[in-house]
Amino acid sequence: MFLDSSSGEPLLAEARRAWLEAQDAGWGDPIRLHRPGRLASQALDRAREVVAHTVGARPDEVVFTASGPHSANAAIAGLALGQRRVGSLIVTSAIDHSSVLAAAETYGDAVTIGVDGLGRVDLDAWRHAVHRDGVATACLQVANHEVGTLQPYRQAAELCGQAGVPLVLDATAGLGRINLADFAGWSALVGSAQAFGGPVSVGILVIRRGSRWRAPYPADDYQFGRWPGPPDVPTIHAAATALAVWQADHERVAERQRELIDTMRSRIAATVPNVDVVGDPVQRVPHLLTFSVLYVDGETLTLELDKAGFAVASGSACSASSEQPSHVLAAMGALTHGNVRIGLTRATTSIQVDQFLAALPPIVAEIRATLGVA
Amino acid sequence: MACPRPIIELAREFERIQAGEVIELLADDPAAGPDLAAWCRMRGQELILSKPPRFLVRRSSL
Repeated sequence: MFLDSSSGEPLLAEARRAWLEAQDAGWGDPIRLHRPGRLASQALDRAREVVAHTVGARPDEVVFTASGPHSANAAIAGLALGQRRVGSLIVTSAIDHSSVLAAAETYGDAVTIGVDGLGRVDLDAWRHAVHRDGVATACLQVANHEVGTLQPYRQAAELCGQAGVPLVLDATAGLGRINLADFAGWSALVGSAQAFGGPVSVGILVIRRGSRWRAPYPADDYQFGRWPGPPDVPTIHAAATALAVWQADHERVAERQRELIDTMRSRIAATVPNVDVVGDPVQRVPHLLTFSVLYVDGETLTLELDKAGFAVASGSACSASSEQPSHVLAAMGALTHGNVRIGLTRATTSIQVDQFLAALPPIVAEIRATLGVA
Repeated sequence: MACPRPIIELAREFERIQAGEVIELLADDPAAGPDLAAWCRMRGQELILSKPPRFLVRRSSL
């Protein structure tokens, strides 16, 4: 049972079909004038319209990159470049995605703003930081990708506006799932198709007209000079198809997932002794949950859950290939060992959730017994 | 040593000390700092020094 949509929602059936149909449709290079080229160009236009509609932008502000991290990198690098005469400071939260933190360190002088125990960025510190001299740009996530907590991004954007600092909004965890179309306070917006069941190799980069973004790489004739190279139109078409599926029913899916996560939060806290259930229980995206189990190591817990048929992620050090604990959990003061990260998919049912909830406590007890812990 | 070992050892030692007494923990695991702070929060104990790899935890009167 796949419960790791935080690492990527499985490719939606509709997206898979769209990709196959596009491959058979004989689309050409979208900048060519012949018929195959025009068909590809039209498909690309439609894909831009879907994204534009979801985020409240114009289609000609939308381009497609190679991944979410590529988009985050390009957005920050481009605003740092355009703002280089203003300064070099780049402000982010302490729990933004690692690609955002890395870009801030690479393209300027990174200023990270701390978060509270639920993961919400400190708005007073944010206000102070963006009003400093020499702030080139700021980047904030709509919601945290591990914990699910919604950031106060509207207020943070307002503060950036007051300071004249362009904001990059990392919409990855919320795109398609929560309504973003009515919020305009950003200069650039980034997202990832993989996060909503599109193909892994499509990132979304939206740059407002009139923003001070400059391409940090050589521009070419593709995608308004904002992302180089011929776009993979069938794959982009599949990504837009996936997003359109969410557009049609995200409220219903969100309500169902929200209830399932609520159930998981309370049942896990009630049935697993010494567990840290992390993040805001209410102000969160619908589908994510992370909890840390005291006196248990994350790698063993993940492997035992996998043996029992549940695929989950972990933010513990010595889980996955990282030697470091999740910077998100550490910044929040949450327990990092014994961490399990759950991401519900569109297909996750309440019966599956009940099965997971029934399997978890005995597995935890068994591991603790092995480690010689009560 | 699996990640939670330092914390497990600490929890064991804590059973043996009185309120007000201090335990010194040496741990070079990168998670030790955050996890000790989290453990103290979860167990209502006091982290009086956090200078990795050296930590001091005082038992609260509970």
